[in-house]
Amino acid sequence: MFHSYLSKRRIQNFKSNKRAFWSLIIFCFLFFISIFSEFLANERPLIIKYKDSFYFPVFSFYSETTFGGDFKTEAIYKDIEVQCLIISGGKEECWDFPEKIIKETNNITQSSDKGWIIWAPIPYSYNTINDLDGAAPSSPDYQHWLGTDDTSRDVLARIVYGFRLSVFFAILVTLISSVIGITAGAIQGYFGGWIDLSFQRLIEVWGATPSLYIIIIVAAIWQMNFWLLVFLMSLFSWTALVGVVRAEFLRARNFEYVRAARALGVSNYKIMSRHILPNAMVATLTMLPFIVTGAIGSLAALDFIGYGLPASYPSLGELTLQAKNNLQAPWLGFSAFFTFAIMLSLLVFIFEGIRDAFDPRKIFK
Amino acid sequence: MIDNVLSIRNLSISFQENLTTNTVLFDSNFDLQRGSTLSLVGESGSGKSITSLSIVSLLPLNAIIKGSIIFNKKELIGLNENELQKIRGNKISFIFQEPMTSLNPLHTIEKQIGESLTFHQKLFGKEKRNKVIELLNKVKVANPELRLKDYPHQLSGGQKQRVMIAMALANKPDLLIADEPTTSLDVTIEKEIIDLLMELKRTENMSIIFITHNLRIVRQISDTVCVMQNGKIIEKGSTKDIFQFPKTKYTQELLKASPKGFKDRISTDKTKILKLEELKVWFPIKRGFLRRIKGFIKAVNKISFELLRGETLGIVGESGSGKTSVALAILKLINSEGSIFFKNQNIRKYKKIDNLAFRKHAQIIFQDPYGSLSPKMTIEEIIGEGLDVHEKRNKQERFEMICDILVEVGLEKNMVSRYPHEFSGGQRQRIAIARALILKPTLLILDEPTSALDVSVQLQVVELLKSLQKKYSLTYIFISHDMALIRSVSDKIIVMKDGVVIEQNITKKLFSSPGSLYTRNLIHASGLK
Repeated sequence: MFHSYLSKRRIQNFKSNKRAFWSLIIFCFLFFISIFSEFLANERPLIIKYKDSFYFPVFSFYSETTFGGDFKTEAIYKDIEVQCLIISGGKEECWDFPEKIIKETNNITQSSDKGWIIWAPIPYSYNTINDLDGAAPSSPDYQHWLGTDDTSRDVLARIVYGFRLSVFFAILVTLISSVIGITAGAIQGYFGGWIDLSFQRLIEVWGATPSLYIIIIVAAIWQMNFWLLVFLMSLFSWTALVGVVRAEFLRARNFEYVRAARALGVSNYKIMSRHILPNAMVATLTMLPFIVTGAIGSLAALDFIGYGLPASYPSLGELTLQAKNNLQAPWLGFSAFFTFAIMLSLLVFIFEGIRDAFDPRKIFK
Repeated sequence: MIDNVLSIRNLSISFQENLTTNTVLFDSNFDLQRGSTLSLVGESGSGKSITSLSIVSLLPLNAIIKGSIIFNKKELIGLNENELQKIRGNKISFIFQEPMTSLNPLHTIEKQIGESLTFHQKLFGKEKRNKVIELLNKVKVANPELRLKDYPHQLSGGQKQRVMIAMALANKPDLLIADEPTTSLDVTIEKEIIDLLMELKRTENMSIIFITHNLRIVRQISDTVCVMQNGKIIEKGSTKDIFQFPKTKYTQELLKASPKGFKDRISTDKTKILKLEELKVWFPIKRGFLRRIKGFIKAVNKISFELLRGETLGIVGESGSGKTSVALAILKLINSEGSIFFKNQNIRKYKKIDNLAFRKHAQIIFQDPYGSLSPKMTIEEIIGEGLDVHEKRNKQERFEMICDILVEVGLEKNMVSRYPHEFSGGQRQRIAIARALILKPTLLILDEPTSALDVSVQLQVVELLKSLQKKYSLTYIFISHDMALIRSVSDKIIVMKDGVVIEQNITKKLFSSPGSLYTRNLIHASGLK
């Protein structure tokens, strides 16, 4: 499909739109990085060297006893005593004078017992509750670049994870609702008649259902989680695509090449997928931006009013809510605002470029 | 002294897209005298329309125009939009090909004709209305007073084109540019429009630039002719000279291209391939809350015929006469009543499996080769699609069959991996024929297979179809509105009008002694008698 003249022209057109092209690159870069959020912002160290062997706390569970401690629970790497145990190779004195031991060990240059710890660039996870000197929320400083929120969690770490969650959520909702919407629109448009008529009425009823109340009711019955919310959102956003896809299929089913295919005896499914669907893709593509940005917006809105994901999730909507509740801490508001502004602007620019690239009448110089 | 309304000197036009420049018109020169008609003749894409649009700078923004266009001793290139506006629709008027789309469906006739009267002549109220009625009288619209409040959809194609002409005449133009004004009209109406234009030219002392690919019309109306090919004027001269002593090979080919003569009968066995008994295609009209059937649109009303192997049946008629509905009904692509016997079996009783077998034996080729091939599939996929449904082959066999059939229809093997947009109209129609032929059908329905093609290509495609018919003793149903073409390909002919069979006879008899006035008119309008 990418070899055809049309696709080449479209890619060319997209590239010549500098704003869209760079937005795509920046967005892809940010998203790619955020996929590896665990390596970017984590309270557990990335790599530990302890007594000649390497440990990867990012991936696996190590109890404190592994490093010569007392507890069978997971080592708390933030504790200075644990750090001391790792660096010094499990010296008993760590329990009493950890700072002194670390200093001494560091002064000895040659020692096979000497351990080290590599931290993530942001050594906090989205749910790490930090010990602060003052009251939470604390303002930005060298430890917490964007400050902390009112439960003393690092804002930057929450944004990194929150960005990933938002984008994943949007992509999933878009994918699921596209698949359902395109299938429903295709069936309606292709077969027409009674199928079309009854489906249309169903969609009208469906579209008139207040989705917010459904979500509130469901949230009251079950504990809300990511997948349940994806399911609920997809349930109500697929109708957006039906209209355009149906219209395209209604139009294309009378095309001569579709008639020719029917005269050849090609099955309905193949005609729909091979002959008509490529036509409907352009119309679908122009609708997608609304679904993507809509999904991000709805997730944030639900979190903001408290019916979205539970507090344990790194949610940008919840950050916005905190900003509202803590007007004395403007870093919360600014962080949330800029995150949304940049994310949504990038997406809008990208999709604007895509839509223009598909427009046959647009001339690029 | 020669009074030139328009002189074009060294005109070149190119389009710029993505840093590449695509030249569509090279260095053209011609003059047009006051009160005379110039025809631009050529195939689609030869630069005819571009030339005419450039005269009033109606080209897209990325066009680059070089040269000079002098109209009434005034240079038009480089004029600003305001000055052009005074000339457009005032001194130079346009008539376009498609009357359906060149009129705004939301405005009445009066408003549309009156618009330019207000703009250019500052006419209002009663004065304007009288002028509109006068114009409608001039273009011979019956009862113009009653038509003023009509919307475009209430008019027939011919009437719409008359309204278009009235709009063009509104400001007494010096130059009328008619861009294929009759191509989408039926032959009998075409003749009326041409007659009207000729009369108006005389009474109004206009000059006309007439763009067409129809040489019959050119011969009838024009004083001078420019023949265009690939963006160049390759020959120009008086109509008489061009038609009698064409200099270039291309012009000679164009002149030869109109189909002549009758079909030779192929002698084969007398197997009955197809028999229709009182076939009806009625579309119900449903009204009201309960969608009760209030009446029927009778697209096809009681048509019966028999076809033997190797025969060609021509179905002729104007647009809307139900020709295509017959074809689609035979292929069971739309619902119909009555009986259709294919090889003595009533296909109405076919179950699903028989149906698939029937699909293999009966194929159709459509009018528009641009619309009948999926733009996103390669030639191999398009031609192979039928094979995948009916005869599963291994990859090698399948590929060889596709290559063979391509050669058979006059294309080359190395075209298999290309996409339809890379081919010309004639080549695409050959691909469509290959797609139908690879299944070795017995019945082939040709729905205006050449009317979207250029004249010189038309004849090649018809020749191909004839030779294939001889080789495989195929049975054809040939649908067309072109009487000359129908005469040259069919054994017997059905003349249809408004879904009803007007006349049904063997070709020679139909042409020598037409049994109805309608048929006589059709033959006459096509210039065959």
